[in-house]
Amino acid sequence: MKALSLMERFQSNRHALGYTFMLPAVLLLAGLLAYPLGLGTWLGFTDAKIGRVGEWIGLENFAYLITDSVFQLVVFNTLFYTIVASIAKFILGLWLALLLNKNLPFQSFFRAVVLLPWIAPTALSALAFWWMYDAQFSVISWLFTKMGLIDHYIDFLGDPWMARMSVIIANVWRGIPFVAISLLAGLQTISPSFYEASSIDGATPWQQFRFITMPLLTPIIAVVMTFSVLFTFTDFQLIYVLTRGGPLNATHLMATLAFQRAIPGGALGEGAAIATMMVPLLLAAIMFSYFGLQRRAWQQGADK
Amino acid sequence: MSKQNSQGMDFLTSLPRRWVTIYIPLGVLLFILLFPFYWMAITAFKPDNELLSQTGNPFWLVHPTLAHFNKLLFHTAYPQWLWNTLVVSISATFISLLTSVLAAYAIERLRFKGSKVMGMIIFFAYLVPPSIIFIPLASIVFQYGLFDTKMALILTYPTFLVPFCTWLLMGYFRSIPYELEECALIDGATRLQILTRIILPLAVPGLISAGIFAFTLSWNEFIYALTFVSSSETKTVPVGVITELVEGDVYHWGALMAGALLGSLPVAFIYSFFVEYYVSGMTGSVKE
Repeated sequence: MKALSLMERFQSNRHALGYTFMLPAVLLLAGLLAYPLGLGTWLGFTDAKIGRVGEWIGLENFAYLITDSVFQLVVFNTLFYTIVASIAKFILGLWLALLLNKNLPFQSFFRAVVLLPWIAPTALSALAFWWMYDAQFSVISWLFTKMGLIDHYIDFLGDPWMARMSVIIANVWRGIPFVAISLLAGLQTISPSFYEASSIDGATPWQQFRFITMPLLTPIIAVVMTFSVLFTFTDFQLIYVLTRGGPLNATHLMATLAFQRAIPGGALGEGAAIATMMVPLLLAAIMFSYFGLQRRAWQQGADK
Repeated sequence: MSKQNSQGMDFLTSLPRRWVTIYIPLGVLLFILLFPFYWMAITAFKPDNELLSQTGNPFWLVHPTLAHFNKLLFHTAYPQWLWNTLVVSISATFISLLTSVLAAYAIERLRFKGSKVMGMIIFFAYLVPPSIIFIPLASIVFQYGLFDTKMALILTYPTFLVPFCTWLLMGYFRSIPYELEECALIDGATRLQILTRIILPLAVPGLISAGIFAFTLSWNEFIYALTFVSSSETKTVPVGVITELVEGDVYHWGALMAGALLGSLPVAFIYSFFVEYYVSGMTGSVKE
């Protein structure tokens, strides 16, 4: 029997081969994901500017940011944006999923069309919203004026609260498809016999929803909403296109403020500090939506 | 995906009731979801005087025009941006697929020492949002002299594509029976042959969904392209339209909407061909 050559031995050793196959992914993720994550944290503790390596200044950036009234407002904006948009996306997305789960003609067509806002480039669909929110030529204002609901055009992006709600609506519009299609997949795994049995026992549609659909859907809701919160919390494009953080910083989110301070403003250290401060808040938000929703599953005795 | 749950009990609800509880709400939601696209399209074909007139019905076109497309394609750098986006998206997708196939096969099938941990790391890597690491990445890109090149985007996009594709492909590989591999091993095939001749042909649907996801995500990417590129010749469509077509106080709405429409079409086109793969990939990846 001939001795195995080095090459053959290597090819039959699954550990060695496994490490080799992992190499490109590991190099890429270590160099361009893990390293930047560490570097970002380090930059947050320096006074780095664009084109100048920073020096260690300890907690100065963070101490400054905590007392900065703009930063305080931005944290509020981010939390408000995330909470309101996530709740709206959940309610509307679940509703749409329930509607699509009914026995409909052209069901697969509807399912395909519903995803369009999700797959179109956000920066470009945000432009369409920008045009629809235009102070002078808004089609929404035009329609409301014709219907006699308002007597002058709405300044969608000019007034702080109006602007907050407008960007939230655009974000919800974009996020509904993801929630709806994912929940629809969950709904289709629920056995119809539960509904048949319960309706024989005289359950109303609301009772069926409350005691069958919701408990069985909870695990997938937890996953979907965790992702939804993650996407919303770190949103950048919509705000950048629609308002650039204005009016009066009313719509600035942490990501857009980090960009503004770091890239056009040149203060890399400060921007990195803002981005670093997103991490604990983000982890808290993810923990809350994941475990908060998940807990209900085992409280109700579901096996997953 | 199995067909219909409530089918069997539809007879319990009357037709008028179905209209009120299902068809009308569904119609309203679909209208809201699709209206921005309609508005984008109709604005792109509307002459300027109709766009800016306050009278008349804004929902319809009286004299459609191609003037905005003409301006866009022959008087701006838009064709160049389209080309850049295409090159960057295809290269990033290719690199990501190659890397992810190897990684997913290693984690799911070779089960080397530490593969479980690696799977977890890949999952957490997917949760790192680009808006947290774009600042340090910008300084790295600058350091290596990649600033303002397509290479900067081609190399950084896989950071969010690889975790996602690997995760998706792991699911597909899991569904392929081990027996096939064992037979091939007995017949003397090497692991590489097994991967290329047995696993990959069987995982084509998975490769297609991973490929569409990667292409769509790269095409739509914004924050890296905005930060790492500054000259007009290297910009991608989303960034080019936002930063160069929006100029001063006079907005060329027609050209902007034409740009948005043309920039959205390629992904919509690809998506419409592979919608089933896309939906199953999306729902498969969130399922526990």
